[in-house]
Amino acid sequence: MEMFIMSLTIFVLAIFVGVEVINKVPPTLHTPLMSGTNAISGIVVVGAILSSGGSEHTTVLSTVLGVAAIALATINIVAGFMVTDRMLNMFKKK
Amino acid sequence: MEILINLGYLVAAVLFILGIKGMTTPKTAVRGNQFSASGMLIAVIVALLDHNVVSYEYIIIGVLIGGTIGGIMAKKVAMTDMPEMVAALNGIGGGASLLVAAANYLESQKLAEMGKFVPTYDWSIAVILSILIGAVTLTGSFVAVGKLKGKIGDSNKVKLFKWIVKLCLLTLLAGAGYFAAVDPLHADLLVAGLIVLCLVLGVCLVMPIGGADMPVVVSLLNSYSGLAGAAAGFVLGNNGLIITGSLVGASGIILTSIMCKAMNRSLTNVLFGGSMAATAGVSKSENDAFYEGKVKFSSADELAMLLDGAQKVVFVPGYGLAVAQAQHATRELANMLEANGAEVKYAIHPVAGRMPGHMNVLLAEAEVPYDQLVEMDTINPEFSQTDVAIVLGANDVVNPAASKDPNSPIFGMPILDVHNARTVVVVKRGLSPGFAGIPNELFIRDNSLMVSGDAKKVLQDTISALKDL
Repeated sequence: MEMFIMSLTIFVLAIFVGVEVINKVPPTLHTPLMSGTNAISGIVVVGAILSSGGSEHTTVLSTVLGVAAIALATINIVAGFMVTDRMLNMFKKK
Repeated sequence: MEILINLGYLVAAVLFILGIKGMTTPKTAVRGNQFSASGMLIAVIVALLDHNVVSYEYIIIGVLIGGTIGGIMAKKVAMTDMPEMVAALNGIGGGASLLVAAANYLESQKLAEMGKFVPTYDWSIAVILSILIGAVTLTGSFVAVGKLKGKIGDSNKVKLFKWIVKLCLLTLLAGAGYFAAVDPLHADLLVAGLIVLCLVLGVCLVMPIGGADMPVVVSLLNSYSGLAGAAAGFVLGNNGLIITGSLVGASGIILTSIMCKAMNRSLTNVLFGGSMAATAGVSKSENDAFYEGKVKFSSADELAMLLDGAQKVVFVPGYGLAVAQAQHATRELANMLEANGAEVKYAIHPVAGRMPGHMNVLLAEAEVPYDQLVEMDTINPEFSQTDVAIVLGANDVVNPAASKDPNSPIFGMPILDVHNARTVVVVKRGLSPGFAGIPNELFIRDNSLMVSGDAKKVLQDTISALKDL
């Protein structure tokens, strides 16, 4: 339970940080903001890596799910960052 | 080693925050995005160092598949299709979180057999939440993609979907209670059933929402995709995931509330009120009668003459601009007007297009300087000094009824006051109602002219007419 309260504390504080930072993003950049946060939410790849790393407690099914999760999360990361970069460079030109 | 790994996640989280901070100005945004990307690289390397990772071949397979698909998607997507792209990425993120939760559930069973894991209540709750948010985000987002592409129309069975949603939620609550209270580690069938239930829930939550409300839905699902990651973080006890997930969650929530405010609707009304066109819209004959003989039609030639003498021109882009891919033609016309000595600006309504910032990205693609893109509150007082306002495929966001007619379904929604301009030219394919399903009084006002046709075609004709003047 202590662990849970720790995590919850971090969760709530991080939301406040997020709200503060994101409120300053101008409407012009809202689309890149969304695709950029899409990319960041690919962080769940970390969990997927731990599931497909082949340690003793994994099963065949959990490894399959893990690999599929890695593929999905990597799509998010690669497509998210690349398309955001594409858009932001269009804004930068001037 | 454990300490090093956790420090790595902290560094990654800090880089993500710095990355988003970079997004506060267009100048620093590219670097911000690079910060975020390097944060991701660090997080991945740290995860690979974990003692639970003993073999790499499966990981490499997954990364290669995902990286190829992702790279192709990012290179190929047209800027006009960004709403679909972002919605699809939301769904994929939700799917990844769902799979991680399911894989972790199976591993926990094995760990418990080995005597290394004892399920707790908070673990059970985190597993259920992770499945719920991940699955709803997955299917909800793909329904949203279908609606954005126009393949799934507005539904008139709002009541039925609401009923299914309620049923799903009740069953889910009962199932989750049983799962947590009885024997969470031997409930494979129950977990599979709950996953299916949540997938259905995602479909039924988004189906009744109207196409016009997609900016809200896409923002909300963006938030869910973050929260799904955070929930996976709770399951795994991984703080890096929790911090990052809540950042994304917060971002989506803020965008959702901005979108709701710009439509003067509450989130509940958007989610459960059904499509506006289906509930408040007028019939085709009522619509025709409203406009009958009162609209002054004009032509590209006349528009060119009007623009030739104009000192200040404001373009008002809407979804029609995106459909017609008219951003480059708009920019070309604007260049000519500026060369003529006119002042050109672009008025951007927060919900113009199908997602937050959609118009800005399209115009940026056409190399419109971002300081010419003016937000609603700043541009509204300027319309009275504007010679020509050109409305390109926008409708409800320029409907004066929103500020004048208390009986209008869109009453109270903030609009662009284009009707205050000396002349308003509306470029539109026809007189069909906008998303709200109501006729627009702007089109029959004395200072309004209508040019029927595809925005790109009309603008190109105007450009060649201007050249001939």
